Amino acid sequence: MSYLTDRKRATGLGSAKTGTEHFWLMKVSSVALLLLIPLFVFTFGPMLGETHENVLAYFARPFPAIVAALTIGVTFMHFKNGAQTMIEDYVHGTSQKMAIIFVICLSYAAVATGLFAIARIAL
Amino acid sequence: MADVNRGNRPLSPHLTIYRPQLTSMTSILTRITGNAMLISALLIVWWFLAAATSPEAYAIANGFLTSWFGDLVMIFSVLGLWYHTLAGVRHLIWDNGIGLDIPTAEKMGWAVVIGSVVLTIITIILV
Repeated sequence: MSYLTDRKRATGLGSAKTGTEHFWLMKVSSVALLLLIPLFVFTFGPMLGETHENVLAYFARPFPAIVAALTIGVTFMHFKNGAQTMIEDYVHGTSQKMAIIFVICLSYAAVATGLFAIARIAL
Repeated sequence: MADVNRGNRPLSPHLTIYRPQLTSMTSILTRITGNAMLISALLIVWWFLAAATSPEAYAIANGFLTSWFGDLVMIFSVLGLWYHTLAGVRHLIWDNGIGLDIPTAEKMGWAVVIGSVVLTIITIILV
């Protein structure tokens, strides 16, 4: 059994240069969501179950539409990075790459769909 | 040097050996809530797409989300959402090197658990 650590193996190889990028993206999106989530819950929430006409009229207004668009965009980018971390912990090899690619594609597809829908309602 | 006995080193005790503790349980719940909310996020995107498409499509999506099953999903999502939000705040505090000692971490853990239930009740009342 070898007691050589990962740290010892890495010493002297230099930095990977992008090591803190993922952490920073999570931090920025989490701070943004701290503001966006309460705004979204209390604008989208009351509209859930409303009549179709009321929903169209409400999300044609600038504030609810912008909050909804930002929330969907930032949420799925936050999810993309967070889910990637989870996959990296539990899935390995080719399955890991496939799972990460799937999560990234799903996230962008959800953002595109959400933004299209809100733009169509708002404009 | 690079591949000397990789993966054949003694490891610290893992999940199956460790006693469940507040700190470990609140940590794993953060991950579970964060990833589980994909379901409700996709349902909400579907709801917006349906509203943008036609009154018929909206009736289906809105009907599903306001059914007893939809209500159940949304209530658990709100609970998960506030839990994940407060747990995220705890991480933002920890990032500054503050509150990392066990007594403070456990106090903040209880604050996250109780706070998320309180915020969920407030949300249900207001929305």
